[in-house]
Order: sequence, then structure tokens, then C-alpha cells
Amino acid sequence: MKTYYDPEDLKKFGKIGEFQKSMADKFFAYYGEVFKEGALTAREKSLIALAVAHAIQCPYCIDAYTVDSMEKGCDEEQMMEAVHVAAAIRGGASLVHSTQMMNKVKEISI
Amino acid sequence: MKSLKAQNHPLSDTQYELQLLESQETGIPFSEKLAESGLYPLVPTQIEILQINLGKMCNQVCKHCHVDAGPDRKEIMNQETMMECLEVISKHDIGTIDLTGGAPEMNPHFRWFVEEIRRIKPDAKIIVRCNLTIILANPKFHDLPEFFKNHQIEVVSSLPYFTAIKTDSQRGEGVFEKSIKALQMLNAAGYGQENSGLMLNLVYNPAGAFLPGSQEGLEAEFKRRLGSQYSISFNSLFTITNLPISRFLEYLLRSGNYQSYMEKLIEAYNPIAAANVMCRNTISVGWDGYLYDCDFNQMLELRVSCTTSQHIKDWSLESLNNREIVINQHCYGCTAGAGSSCGGATA
Ligand code: SF4
Ligand code: SF4
Repeated sequence: MKTYYDPEDLKKFGKIGEFQKSMADKFFAYYGEVFKEGALTAREKSLIALAVAHAIQCPYCIDAYTVDSMEKGCDEEQMMEAVHVAAAIRGGASLVHSTQMMNKVKEISI
Repeated sequence: MKSLKAQNHPLSDTQYELQLLESQETGIPFSEKLAESGLYPLVPTQIEILQINLGKMCNQVCKHCHVDAGPDRKEIMNQETMMECLEVISKHDIGTIDLTGGAPEMNPHFRWFVEEIRRIKPDAKIIVRCNLTIILANPKFHDLPEFFKNHQIEVVSSLPYFTAIKTDSQRGEGVFEKSIKALQMLNAAGYGQENSGLMLNLVYNPAGAFLPGSQEGLEAEFKRRLGSQYSISFNSLFTITNLPISRFLEYLLRSGNYQSYMEKLIEAYNPIAAANVMCRNTISVGWDGYLYDCDFNQMLELRVSCTTSQHIKDWSLESLNNREIVINQHCYGCTAGAGSSCGGATA
């Protein structure tokens, strides 16, 4: 069956340089740097990545950062809380725009 | 839960296990990878550690156990074989004696054996791989922390996670709570406390089909959580990768994770870890006295290749030092990522 998303494609991520090498090389060098232990621990970064993966709804990233979070010693509760953070920000982002709607309603109402 | 052996499971047949490992679809032979790193044939550096398996008997039946240990396993080392081990220990310059099982303390000659080792090698590092719950399993084991302390034993204990759900799902119902109590008893005896000289190291292995993360990061997290929630302190955390054999292999196959786990191990092959695999400085002794390159090979019944020194009673340092280490696809577990050994990461 043909689908838009194939889990096997995740393994090909490293090969995107085939069509444009210099940008891919720069991206992966940057990517590696970002996820290194820094002011934030690699574990904290993994949980952030997991939350962002849910916000942008990337199935590849969800798979990858679920495994990565578990490898870094996060448990189910922590991972679900990270997803709730993403959900809260997503939901909040919609809701905060309702102030614009409310302003408009008030502007055009008698 | 019963051992695979008691269930008469096909995976309790080591020939079947090996066939399965070798017939894997995407498996680049481990020997090829070693050759690429200039390490084939794999040979020892120097024998520094004698790891002695005192038996397959255990009070637990952990889901990932590569020994297939449990209360239903009756194979334990007898005193005669222990004496043969003592003979080797007294004659050779082996700095570390690592006692494992099963639960080594369940062997009725355990204490005598430890006392004898300490007597003939006052300065040796003696490690006991204690599963923690054994300390609480029976009143006769309650004084183990004191016994360990009196003989300056280094205690190495498994604790797969700092929460009950994850620990119990791997090691059995109620194991976490008992492990915490046992750790507190060890701490009370001075283990894991600063400047006591009594070493308490924990072993982390993933509760599922994934690799361990950074040893440093996990150690920091374990110290933080065990310290703040249970006032437990310990020295180091060793991360160990689950090797695809025995009960962990059974889990991989049953859960449909086998293929992807093997791919992951192969993909994560690290030549630095390969150069530091523990079989290069260790000899593993089985409960019946036979010699192996490591505990994993022991469970796969892959004896050392030098035919003149296959049993502890025929110990020949020269032939063992000149042997070729027996390898197979399970070895990828020792070379993935930061590497894995009984002492944790190797790269
Ligand atoms: S992993 Fe250790 S404690 Fe668990 S069953 Fe095996 S030998 Fe016993
Ligand atoms: S499984 Fe044993 S023989 Fe194979 S690399 Fe690991 S320690 Fe060496």
C-alpha cells in the first residue's frame, strides 16, 4: 500500500544531501550542535523536541523523539506532560486570538 | 513466571538461539564489522577479571534475564569447583573477582567462598552482583550488607529505573519497593557513602527495545531522583545494553521488535567500543567450571576456543591468552553506541 508517510523513510533522512550537499551538511552540523549537552541537558532538549514534534505533527519526529526520550531516561508521565505543554500552547495560541475576534465583535456591534 | 527452560521453550535450546541470530535478514556478520575496524580475529589483551557464575538459581524472574535464571533453576556451583577457582585465583595475578548468578548469595557455599577469596587475595577487588531483593527475601540474608562490608566487597546492583512501574514491569511485582529498602540498608552499612570506601554501583538497562542513553546523564538523573525521594546515595551508574539472547530475545521476537532492534545495534556499531569489549580482559566461569569469553557466551554455551583449557581445572593462562574470542551476532550488543560491559559504557 502506498502512503505519504513510511517509517522506513526516516532512515533516509541523512541522505537528503544527495540533492543539495552543502546545505544538508550545514544543517546536520547545526542539528548535532543543538542537541548537545549545554545550558539545557540533552534529556531536557529531547523532551522539548518531543513536544515540538507533536505541535508540528511530524510522525517521523514523534517516533524518533519518543525513542530518544526513553533512551535518555524519561518516563511515560514526563513524556505525556511534554505533549500537554505542546497542546496547551497550541490551544492557547488559538484562544488568545479570540481577543481579536472579541475586539472585532465589539467594534461592529451596536 | 517460569524460566524458558522450565517452560520447555524453544529458545532455551542454545543451538536454536544461535541459528536464529545467524539467519537474520539484514545481519552484516559481526566478524566483518570487526575486520573493518582491524579487530578480527578478536583476541584478548590481558586477563584481569575472573567472573564466576555461582549458579542460575534466583529469587527473581526478570523479563530480560540473559541467564534465564529463576527459582526453578537448580544449577549451582559446587564446592569442588569453587576450590578449583581458588586454586587459579591464588596462582595468578588476577586483580578482580566478579561473583554473579542468578543470585550468587543463594549458593549455600557463597559466604565460605567469599571468605576464602579474601583470605588468599587480601587486596583483590571482589565484586558481588547482588539483585537487592535477596537481602529481604529471607531473614538469613538480612545481614548481607554487614557481611559485604566486613569483606570489603564492591556491590553492583540492578535498578532499571527510579520509579516502581518501570522497575516492576521488568523485574517483577514489588521489586522496586524491596530494592529501595535494600539500598537503604546498604547505605546504612556505609555503602555508597562518601569516604567510606564501600562501593555501591547501580546497573541501568533499558526496559524495552531501545538503547541506553548517556551513562553520565542517566547517572545524574538517578542520583537526583533517588536522593531526593528516598535519600539513597550510590557511587556510579553503569549503563548496560540488553543483548539479544535468552529471555530478552524471547521478548524481542514476541513483541515484533527483533529485526528493528538488531538493525539499531548494527547501525550503532562503534569501533572504539569494539576495541574495549570486556571479553578482552575477562574470563567467565560457568557454574559447572567450564570457561567462556563472557557471561553471554556462557549462556549460549559457546566455550572458549582453546581446547586445552576449557575447564577451570585445566586452566592454562598461556593458552587462554593466546586464544581467539568466539563471536556471533549477539556481540553487536557490546559495541553499540557508547558500548556495554559488566562495568558499563566502554567508549
Ligand atoms: S536479571 Fe538477575 S535478578 Fe533478574 S532473574 Fe536474572 S539473575 Fe535474577
Ligand atoms: S558478547 Fe561476549 S564475546 Fe561478544 S563482544 Fe560481548 S563480551 Fe565479547
